[in-house]
Amino acid sequence: MRSPSKKSGRPNQLFRNLNSKIALTPMILVATVIFFGGTIWTVVYSFTNSRLLPRASFVGLDQYQRLWASSRWIVSIENLAIYGILSLIFSLVIGFILAALMDQKIRFESAFRTIFLYPFALSFIVTGLVWQWILNPEFGVQGIVRSLGWESFTFDPLYNPDIVIYGILIAGLWQGTGLVMCLMLAGLRGIDEDIWKAARVDGIPMWRTYLFVVIPMMRPVFITTLVIIGSGIVKLYDLVVAQTSGGPGNASEVPAKYVYDYMFQAQNLGQGFAASTMMLLTVAIIVVPWAYLEFGGWKRG
Amino acid sequence: MADISALNTTAMGRNAPAIRNEAPGRALSGPRGKRPKRVLSRRNIVLYGLLGLAALYYLLPLYVMVVTSLKGMPEIRLGNIFSPPMQITFQPWLKAWAEACTGLNCDGLSRGFGNSVRILVPSVIVSIAVASVSGYALANWRFKGSELFFSVLIVGAFIPYQVMIYPIVIILREIGIYGSLTGLVVVHTIFGMPILTLLFRNYFAGLPEELFKAARIDGAGFWQIYGRIMLPMSLPIFVVAIIIQVTGIWNDFLFGVVFTRPDTYPMTVQLNNIVNSVQGVKEYNVNMAATLLTGAVPLIVYFVSGRLFVRGIAAGAVKG
Repeated sequence: MRSPSKKSGRPNQLFRNLNSKIALTPMILVATVIFFGGTIWTVVYSFTNSRLLPRASFVGLDQYQRLWASSRWIVSIENLAIYGILSLIFSLVIGFILAALMDQKIRFESAFRTIFLYPFALSFIVTGLVWQWILNPEFGVQGIVRSLGWESFTFDPLYNPDIVIYGILIAGLWQGTGLVMCLMLAGLRGIDEDIWKAARVDGIPMWRTYLFVVIPMMRPVFITTLVIIGSGIVKLYDLVVAQTSGGPGNASEVPAKYVYDYMFQAQNLGQGFAASTMMLLTVAIIVVPWAYLEFGGWKRG
Repeated sequence: MADISALNTTAMGRNAPAIRNEAPGRALSGPRGKRPKRVLSRRNIVLYGLLGLAALYYLLPLYVMVVTSLKGMPEIRLGNIFSPPMQITFQPWLKAWAEACTGLNCDGLSRGFGNSVRILVPSVIVSIAVASVSGYALANWRFKGSELFFSVLIVGAFIPYQVMIYPIVIILREIGIYGSLTGLVVVHTIFGMPILTLLFRNYFAGLPEELFKAARIDGAGFWQIYGRIMLPMSLPIFVVAIIIQVTGIWNDFLFGVVFTRPDTYPMTVQLNNIVNSVQGVKEYNVNMAATLLTGAVPLIVYFVSGRLFVRGIAAGAVKG
């Protein structure tokens, strides 16, 4: 709208800002061919019975029926739901509490920030392997508590199929809460100092000010954080591979791992395509309402 | 309650842009205002107690990694993971670097390190070069449809990689670079571009428009303005982009595992293979040394760039 070249009034639309168009060609090619072409290709081939190689013989919803009949997929979905909901709640709560503590004009703020955030610089593979070691029942937490005298103490989340997903959650939270803390802190610093003064004058206790004034004001930050964590959760893969490889049995399978295994190991491409299409659908459910809100408002503003 | 909500909306209007653009910078300015006078008040004890506990929890894994990697195997079998090493040995580090087996090769992580560097350098350079020009074009040289393209780009950045992986495998195979380092460089470049383009576009859009107009009047063209005016002014955003790309590409596992073969494995894939190999005695000290070696590069980037790293995530994440 505010592009200065618009005023030049050259008649031919195609050659207007030609340099700009040339500069954007690689980006446009990648976005259309890889991102959208690739996505559509995968969705289309999820309706075929491709196995070792992609084949264009369509079988309708067969792959999806098979997918939802597979107990391994159901376990994956359940795990993702548990991990997703809990990690959203815990990372928002822990991240916000840490940020609120950091916002109390403390000493050594940058030291604390460094400590809370450094795990975020590490890969999920590194994170997963460290926590695999700490949760090792022989040498890790369980072993130490037992050696202190509690012989019957049991804490082996990575070896117990019922709670293995919580073991993965511990590592995931360790890696990711620093980022949430950082975003929340930025949000808190964006809030006017006068709000706090006004609340103090009115005699409102601090926790109530946070709960009823500050948090509602930070809505945009919360939403952005939610979208970032949410679309990251759906891709959860490395952490599981590093910590448990999906075990014990199939107990810690997740959708992203299901996709990889069927595409590149079980040579059952159709299943892999169908499962990845379901992942796409999940992300769309998270992102589309957000994009609508963000860009609806952005265009109007 | 009525006046609170009124306060709320007006403050929102004023603060919404501040949260996006200024807050990350202000978040770094450290403590503000007067320092509390009594140091040992009950409030302070609770405050620092909580922060200290949290800090312990976050530091523990790093401590365990370091301690374990300096122990010999007999000591590991005896003691617990938190006890400090009685005899410090660097043998596990040497073994992890030069001798540990990853599948067929037994030359340790050194090969993976070399591969990761050879993947990292070109992908970072190419993706940032393309993205900065694209961001500049989107911010300053809009044309019909460029806004639409920009929105499409944002949506595209959220599509799960899994949906696009197989078509890319086919494309790379057709070109003949599947399994090679070049193939992985191409993949990283492609997937790094949307988020970086958004970053650069927002940065360039925030620069004073008068600069751009003045240059136009002086007769400077597309590339001249980019090279002479925009580039020299955008060092901060370049640093941020480099940090995001270096840590992101170095830490990648999924693309590494899909698009490489054993002799082109990046470090993360090798690390996972060393630690999760089924055969033989588990050498936990070597494993932890290998883990630290793999984490070293992003950790160094993080500790050296400190504040910029924070700004980088805030900028990349808040706007992403």
